[in-house]
Amino acid sequence: MTVASIHTKILIAVSALSCVISLSQVHAQQSITVEYSNGQFRPGELPAPADQPLALHVKNRDPKAMEFESKSLRVEKVVAAKSEGLINIRPLKPGRYEFYDDFNAKARGVLNVR
Amino acid sequence: MLAALIIVFREVFEAGLIVGIVLAVTRTVPHRNMWIMAGIAGGTLGACMVAGFAGALSQLFAGMGQELFNAAILSVAVVMLIWHNVWMAQHGRELAGKMRATGLAVAEGSKSLLALAVVVGVAVLREGSEVVLFLYGIMTTDGSSNQGLAIGGLAGLALGAAVCWSTYKGLLRIPPKPLFMVTTALITLLAAGMAAQAVSFLERANWITSLSTTVWDTGWLLSDHSLPGRLLHTLIGYTDQPTAMQLTVYIGVLIMTVALVRLVDSRALSAQASVKVAPPQNL
Repeated sequence: MTVASIHTKILIAVSALSCVISLSQVHAQQSITVEYSNGQFRPGELPAPADQPLALHVKNRDPKAMEFESKSLRVEKVVAAKSEGLINIRPLKPGRYEFYDDFNAKARGVLNVR
Repeated sequence: MLAALIIVFREVFEAGLIVGIVLAVTRTVPHRNMWIMAGIAGGTLGACMVAGFAGALSQLFAGMGQELFNAAILSVAVVMLIWHNVWMAQHGRELAGKMRATGLAVAEGSKSLLALAVVVGVAVLREGSEVVLFLYGIMTTDGSSNQGLAIGGLAGLALGAAVCWSTYKGLLRIPPKPLFMVTTALITLLAAGMAAQAVSFLERANWITSLSTTVWDTGWLLSDHSLPGRLLHTLIGYTDQPTAMQLTVYIGVLIMTVALVRLVDSRALSAQASVKVAPPQNL
């Protein structure tokens, strides 16, 4: 095996690897943030892209813990007082996905996927 | 007040069922109350700690600390449940036949009790941390309605205890022999259901991404969030939208537990038979 062929192989391997990395970047999570303060979600309606994994950041500004919950998103997450929670969401079909605070039924919001 | 009652009751419901089943499983074992109380106390203490450090726990593992923690403690409970069933297959016959000296049986029995106390602790810990956070949130904010909420919360806790008691009493109505089979089956299903739940936490954390297609959606028929749905969720691990991975793990744990129990049971049986056949001068 010549030095050149080793180099070629490394080159192929590196380019293959970078292909994989760039592919995974295409599928990288789209980041979305919703705030929770005074027992309300802000904004109440969140736009989100369809067919793409999402990273939903829930920022709880209240001095109480809350539980971000959604039946249609199949999500349930406790977010402690004055802290932030991250929720991974699988790629979604277009539609309206409701969510609420399980500890406070008055707080509701919608993820509007288009 | 009613809202608080419902929120708390929903959380303690599952723990109540599990403790009720464990009480029925251990009905004949001496000192079982002590062990189960220890499990509940340990679980409650753990729940307070988890609630206290909820923020910090969340930040671990790139924001997935909660999910991974839940998956980990559920896995511990699964191992303990399987181990208990295997242990019963090995020693249940001896205990029932009183072939062993009582002292030894108690010592051996306490090993299995430890496993079940851990299961109780995990159940209380998982459900309890949310109750603690919720009630703590109520207590710390001012307002006249808070007293009502606190009373509602406590009533929810009491209802959870009632679920535990009626599960226990209900199971005890079954005669001893079929009861043993029923509890063995319940524990096996509980283990499989918890394993599938652990998978769902790992999926939420993106630690498991393969076999992620939803196998069926029976939400229209029986939702996870309805009371019967929750009952079946705890007892047999019912989920209205299971992923292929959850289903695979569920079936895998069922098959593995049944196979292990059969293997150990047949060995115990042949060992017992050979003791009976053996000539007395060998002793």
